[in-house]
Amino acid sequence: MVEFAVEMLNITKTFGSLVANDDINLQVKKGEIHALLGENGAGKSTLMSILFGLYQPDKGVIKINGQEVKIRNPNDANDLGIGMVHQHFKLVEVFSITENIILGSETTKYGILDLETSKKKIEQMSKEYHLEVDPNAQVSDITVGMQQRVEILKMLYRKADILIFDEPTAVLTPQEIDELMKIIRSFADDGKTIIIITHKLNEIKQIADYCTVLRKGKKIATVDVKKTDISALANMMVGREVSFSVEKTPAKIEEPLLIVENLTFKEHKSNKEILSNVNFSVNKGEIVTIAGVDGNGQSELIKIITGLFTPTSGRVIFKDTDITNTSIIERIEKGMGHIPEDRQKMGLILDYTLAENMILNSYFKEEFSSKGILNKEAMIDYTNRLINRFDIRSSSGSLSIVRGMSGGNQQKAILAREVSRDPDLLIAVQPTRGLDIGAIEYIHKELIAHRDKGKAVLIVSFELDEVLSISDRILVMYNGEIVVSLDASKTNADELGLYMLGAKRGELNGE
Amino acid sequence: MELIYNILQATFFTMTPLLVVALGGLFSERSGVVNIALEGIMVMGAFIGIFVISMIEGGSIPGQLVLIIGVIVGGLVGLIFSVFHAFASINLKADQTISGTALNIFAPAVAIFVARSMLGGSKEIKFLTVFRIKRVPFLTDIPILGRIFFEDFYITFYVGLIILLISWFVLYKTRLGLRIRACGENPHAADSVGINIYKIRYIGVLTSGFLAGMGGVIFIISASQAFAASVSGYGFLAIAVLIFGNWQPKKILFASFFFGLMTTLAAMYTEIPLLKGLGLSEEFYNMIPYIATLVVLALLSKSSKAPKAVGVIYDKGAR
Repeated sequence: MVEFAVEMLNITKTFGSLVANDDINLQVKKGEIHALLGENGAGKSTLMSILFGLYQPDKGVIKINGQEVKIRNPNDANDLGIGMVHQHFKLVEVFSITENIILGSETTKYGILDLETSKKKIEQMSKEYHLEVDPNAQVSDITVGMQQRVEILKMLYRKADILIFDEPTAVLTPQEIDELMKIIRSFADDGKTIIIITHKLNEIKQIADYCTVLRKGKKIATVDVKKTDISALANMMVGREVSFSVEKTPAKIEEPLLIVENLTFKEHKSNKEILSNVNFSVNKGEIVTIAGVDGNGQSELIKIITGLFTPTSGRVIFKDTDITNTSIIERIEKGMGHIPEDRQKMGLILDYTLAENMILNSYFKEEFSSKGILNKEAMIDYTNRLINRFDIRSSSGSLSIVRGMSGGNQQKAILAREVSRDPDLLIAVQPTRGLDIGAIEYIHKELIAHRDKGKAVLIVSFELDEVLSISDRILVMYNGEIVVSLDASKTNADELGLYMLGAKRGELNGE
Repeated sequence: MELIYNILQATFFTMTPLLVVALGGLFSERSGVVNIALEGIMVMGAFIGIFVISMIEGGSIPGQLVLIIGVIVGGLVGLIFSVFHAFASINLKADQTISGTALNIFAPAVAIFVARSMLGGSKEIKFLTVFRIKRVPFLTDIPILGRIFFEDFYITFYVGLIILLISWFVLYKTRLGLRIRACGENPHAADSVGINIYKIRYIGVLTSGFLAGMGGVIFIISASQAFAASVSGYGFLAIAVLIFGNWQPKKILFASFFFGLMTTLAAMYTEIPLLKGLGLSEEFYNMIPYIATLVVLALLSKSSKAPKAVGVIYDKGAR
């Protein structure tokens, strides 16, 4: 009889009419690294939130080390030795690392917080587990990688020996990922039990012992990772054959369409230089991707090109015209399309219908309105055409409220709106963020098709796999500068990682 | 020199209610709940507090003790009244601004209604004792400082300073303080380590109710000899002090001093040759504190360090 550290038996959880977990079984042995694989919405996070006490299951039994338990809240989970690193870190930015780690389990002396003792304990733990942090640093000042180490220390501080990681690598560079993998492996060697939620197949292959696959709230299988290959895992996850490589012909590069000259941008409040002297160009017929760790100036750069920000100095030239100070609508009219980074905040008005969202940047055209009155029929007609062409799925077609649509379909809607206007320059920021394999495949195909029409495509992405597979040329941004321009077919993830971390600088190919 | 003493003494008693009420607001906002009901809570606290003072004064209880009892009663009434705001904004997840506004409208109305019913037509609750302490043996004789701090003062000024010290200590040196601040910055982080957000926010709002109720009594006893269902906008001014003080106890002390000084200058302009010499109309001088509020808030709005989650309804499911 095998002793399981974690057993979740026949777990069912519904939210309204949505069945997030449908009779799921999960068994994890002590000292094992167990991956939980599934697309977005497959129910992975819900299942782990149940284990961590954030949700209560409707049905089912949880056993920890063979004992049946009730986990009503994170305190119960904590008492059972269960710790969790959430995908979106749960840190208080204005607190020091020490304060964040001790929050909720504070040590006091005569009722006064004993920060010194806590600090010493954290320093010692930091050495023991090779999780380097400065206990005095404020969380808002440290890197994402270090924030994650703080989250891990938070679990260890509470003496957790069942560790849950929710998409731990989503925000890390390749080097940081390697480091994390080593740390996780050492935890398992110490006898701790690890559950990793992920949808990245190669990471599972690299680190996990066993893998449980979920699809649409149901458990599909638990497999021995060593005996299963990546494509089999992918098929189980998606439920059909998936192609991994993006098929594309070599780029036929024509003349430059967008030229960015000596662009510098300082934040108004702090006067901090976010962009320093950025120069590059995007040519017709190519896909240029800006790679880099989030927060190195990509977002500001795109906002300047699309007209949301005004640069401190420098120029943006589009189709041989200086557009640095022109309005957003003029840029759109001139042939610029923008798929913004946050589809829900900037891309769509969530409480509008799909049809209304589809004409957000063309409502004033004669086609859709006359004398200030919208032509509903034309809007709906136009939207129905886009729905068919781009396979946008929703409950009530062009009259669906966008908020209720899935992330993938929301993104398809934005893509449809922008691509259908046939812009000469299409800018897409993180076009596949948070989407599952099927939707990613589709969006990549559309972007490449747009390039093949002789248009220019500028992408910002933090996903290395995406950067490498879709780009013709890669620009790496680090600390507000473009540090290198690379031919996508002649580089690899490790090289990109070094540039992204600022460990290496390179040629800008004459730019 | 005499003038400066007078100005400082007057500033101290105008700043005291601002300080106490702003510290109350601090606890509420640091825990993540906007409390614009401070004005209404002050009115309720002052109403019952002054009523109790008017009942027990002149008896066997010494004057200063009457004052302290009145202030504490005001605090307790404020605490009870703030339960409405806490319940609406924490349990019912109501919009915190609207809930606060409702209390602000409700408080003076109920105060007038009840006062008229109790006192037969008059809405004013008068009290007779002058609580100002003329001088203290020895202390008042200290050169300069004695005259600034221990002549013509109210004991409530020192109560205010003690509350300031306690507030600072609780917020920055204790477990409860760490948790309150965490709830106002990132309640999801606090929740994930097992902190009960509702409980902490209740503590924040009820503390603000207690202090605002006290502040109401403190304001009335130094500003007039009767309560007439109003605290002259001091609750709103205290919110300005809280913002000007950047949600930090020490800066709130300076901010309340600044607003106290502005109010004093407005009230005493006839005695200040420099201001009187300007020859402006009375209305202009009366505007000084409010114009100062607008200017200061406009200038400081950019560097504001408001708690991140203040005013945001806590929803467990949101990520």
